Amino acid sequence: MMPRAKLKARKVEAAEALVGARPLPESNVWMRRAREAAHARVLDMGLPTKRDEYWRFTDPRRLTAAEAEAGKLHDTQGEAPVFDAFDRLKIVFTNGVFDAEASDALEMDGVEIAPLAEAAAADLHWARDIYGVLEQRGQNPVERPLASLNTAYAREGMFIRVTGNPERPISLIYNRSAEDGDAIVHHVIRVEAGAEVTILENGPVAARFNQVMEADIAEGATLHHIRAQGRDHERAGTAHLFARLGAEAQLKSFTLTANGSLIRNEAVIWLDGADGSAHIAGATVGDGAFHHDDTVFINHAAPRCESRQVFKKVLRHGAVGVFQGKILVDQVAQLTDGYQISQALLLDEDAQFLAKPELEIYADDVQCSHGSTSGEIDKSQLFYLRTRGVAEDEAKLLLVLAFLAEALEEIADQGFADDLRDRLEAWLKRRG
Amino acid sequence: MAALDDVQLRDGVDRETVETVQSMADSYKHGWETDIEMEFAPKGLNEDIVRLISEKNNEPEWLLQWRLDAYRRWLTMESPDWAMLDIPMIDYQEQYYYAKPKSMVEKPKSLDEVDPKLLETYEKLGIPLKEQMVLAGVEGADEGRKVAVDAVFDSVSVGTTFKKELAEAGVIFCSISEAVQEHPELVKKYLGSVVPQNDNYFAALNSAVFSDGSFVYIPAGVRCPMELSTYFRINAENTGQFERTLIVAEKGSYVSYLEGCTAPKRDENQLHAAVVEIVVLEDAEVKYSTVQNWFPGDENGKGGIYNFVTKRADCREARAKCMWTQVETGSAITWKYPSCILRGDDSQGEFYSIAIANNWQQADTGTKMVHLGKNTRSRIVSKGISAGQAQNTYRGLVSMHPKAKDSRNYTQCDSLLIGDKCGAHTVPYIEVKNSSSRVEHEATTSKVDDDQLFYCRQRGMDEEEAVALVVNGFCKEVLQELPMEFAMEAQALVAISLEGSVG
Repeated sequence: MMPRAKLKARKVEAAEALVGARPLPESNVWMRRAREAAHARVLDMGLPTKRDEYWRFTDPRRLTAAEAEAGKLHDTQGEAPVFDAFDRLKIVFTNGVFDAEASDALEMDGVEIAPLAEAAAADLHWARDIYGVLEQRGQNPVERPLASLNTAYAREGMFIRVTGNPERPISLIYNRSAEDGDAIVHHVIRVEAGAEVTILENGPVAARFNQVMEADIAEGATLHHIRAQGRDHERAGTAHLFARLGAEAQLKSFTLTANGSLIRNEAVIWLDGADGSAHIAGATVGDGAFHHDDTVFINHAAPRCESRQVFKKVLRHGAVGVFQGKILVDQVAQLTDGYQISQALLLDEDAQFLAKPELEIYADDVQCSHGSTSGEIDKSQLFYLRTRGVAEDEAKLLLVLAFLAEALEEIADQGFADDLRDRLEAWLKRRG
Repeated sequence: MAALDDVQLRDGVDRETVETVQSMADSYKHGWETDIEMEFAPKGLNEDIVRLISEKNNEPEWLLQWRLDAYRRWLTMESPDWAMLDIPMIDYQEQYYYAKPKSMVEKPKSLDEVDPKLLETYEKLGIPLKEQMVLAGVEGADEGRKVAVDAVFDSVSVGTTFKKELAEAGVIFCSISEAVQEHPELVKKYLGSVVPQNDNYFAALNSAVFSDGSFVYIPAGVRCPMELSTYFRINAENTGQFERTLIVAEKGSYVSYLEGCTAPKRDENQLHAAVVEIVVLEDAEVKYSTVQNWFPGDENGKGGIYNFVTKRADCREARAKCMWTQVETGSAITWKYPSCILRGDDSQGEFYSIAIANNWQQADTGTKMVHLGKNTRSRIVSKGISAGQAQNTYRGLVSMHPKAKDSRNYTQCDSLLIGDKCGAHTVPYIEVKNSSSRVEHEATTSKVDDDQLFYCRQRGMDEEEAVALVVNGFCKEVLQELPMEFAMEAQALVAISLEGSVG
């Protein structure tokens, strides 16, 4: 076993080698400060390694290497992208760079939208309290150096301030045309008191991506976040969602992941005001060289809040699914209702499910529970369907979809939920 | 106990539960000290001390080398920091690593020669050490089942009872120092085969300086005629206790083993770093029960035992079975994960635990079930109760290796908090590397199974009755895993109604 001091020194050396001399992007005073502080954090924490407790199930080497591994582009064979049928305000990034021409005009009632480059040159006072601020808060008690790296170097992203109830969802579309290269994207979202918005994300982004979304959800505001990570298989990436909720605020975040050889999604949520509600859910289907990691940390810091984590993974042919979830209930957070479920369906002998569902509770009047299960398709359920004349393949498909349904139910809008369900069904059928 | 006095009762937590927890914290009834002349090795830890311990025990050269090897490895290791424990810096040079009652310097030939003060000590603890009493025919009088006891006082074993009867059955039950003399081939074969010297920091320390402990060998096909018990007591000041227990259950054998521990009340913290190794061979079964009641420190968190223990069973062959039952009420800090390596096909591991942490106690305890063989089974039931300013963590690992086809695990952890200054935490690790195995983990604050409730309701019970019945049944199920001999201590725990965690 490597002594702790030596391990730490190595991590710091690695960070120094990677970004010690890399210049920070040009920005105005406040953003420059945020970047410098984040840069210092990276050098102080060092880069993550598999020896870190928080990375015990996922090897971060591909995410921390100097160069992104190149990977083939996926042939979509004419299949329409997800959410295509819905009326949305489209914001397109190509290889991680904002593509104004391909995007709609960044105008809609009840919302102000500005690309990061523009925000970095202006003085967006509302963003100053969020950019790098939530990310920094998320470094304790667990270090997340890749998110600090993002704060320091992101040149792309959207700054979205929601003041009303915009009529269309805001759709962030990440197209990819290059086989190699990195994308570092950082979004800042402020949902003002009582406002409500839906933010969609989809597309393969780049050969390697590092995404951060910082969301500040004010009193009584609601953020719906629906993300689809599909298509290109040969890519690696990490996405962090940092969200702070005021009193009676609501967050619903759902992620569908299909494909991607190494994906780590982290969510760090603070329920800072009483009666808030945060639901984080995910449905994952993995086949072959697929390593997918959901790492969630929910902080209950105020009374009477509710949180749910619902993660379902269907894995086969050596695919690996990881779930690390934590509910932390502060002493003041009485009457907390915390629920967490993580389940894996392993379709063949080579698949793996690695989980660490944690509870850390300092308040006595709470309802907290977690469950985690792993196994193959229930033979008696399969038998039941077969006796009713359902063909074996069809029966299996039905059971897998039923298994994933609990996660999809976390999407408030039935239209989006149906679209994603259809995607999952098509994926399962394609993979036979 | 001021902290608990102003506790507001929550729904579902009854006054009795709170009071029982209170009463247990208020008085540590084993806190007295025996005034007995001791022989100490010099304070501090170095190779000379390791050599001295080995010499005092008249050990063969291989064992001395084994100890020195462990000591050198320990020097390169770091104290683990991953548990949810706040462990003050321990000065390993400020401890005595060897303490022995003076009257034991010349080993007594029979219990009659043992210092009467020592025997008094054990009598006070409620252990009938004198086998004569039982052998003299009072057996029927006290209706008790026979239990062979090995008592360890600070660093040395002071006496083992029922030797004759055990020998007739072929069972070897003696102190490990004796085993080194009389059965060196067995000790050499199995010592360190389950918990290697460098397994972890505290196991390495124990391997270097262990002074005594118990050795059990059950020959093939023998069902041990009585329960075996070791009683550990730390008496001397500033003394660490490092006992080593080795149990070998040969093919088709069975043994039930009990362990109990106490220590005097002192203001200083004392270190206890034990290792228990169990080897279970084909079709054999070992039941290991512990009531851990080391001094937990006073209500201000002063004093108490640091209990850093490595316990592991290796179910080495087909259909081997090991069952750990523990009731953890003592120690200022507990760091303990009794584990099962399920190597043999169809082998089984079970872990039942009740952990109570009160005042300033900290407990980080749980189990590891490592499934290597086909069709292996494991079951984990853990109940944690926190009160005062205590922190109580369940930490567990369930690992299904690729070859462990068709294996099964069921884990249930429940926590109950009394008062809002304590903490209850659950840190399970689940690693599933094959699809035919089923793993289920559940941790909740409401511990009543809906199906069972529904069943009871269907038969006309009202909800409270149904809950009471289910909880009662469940509680019994765990406590029943404890052998009768622990009834006294378990009784105090039965009183702690688990009902409070429902609702």
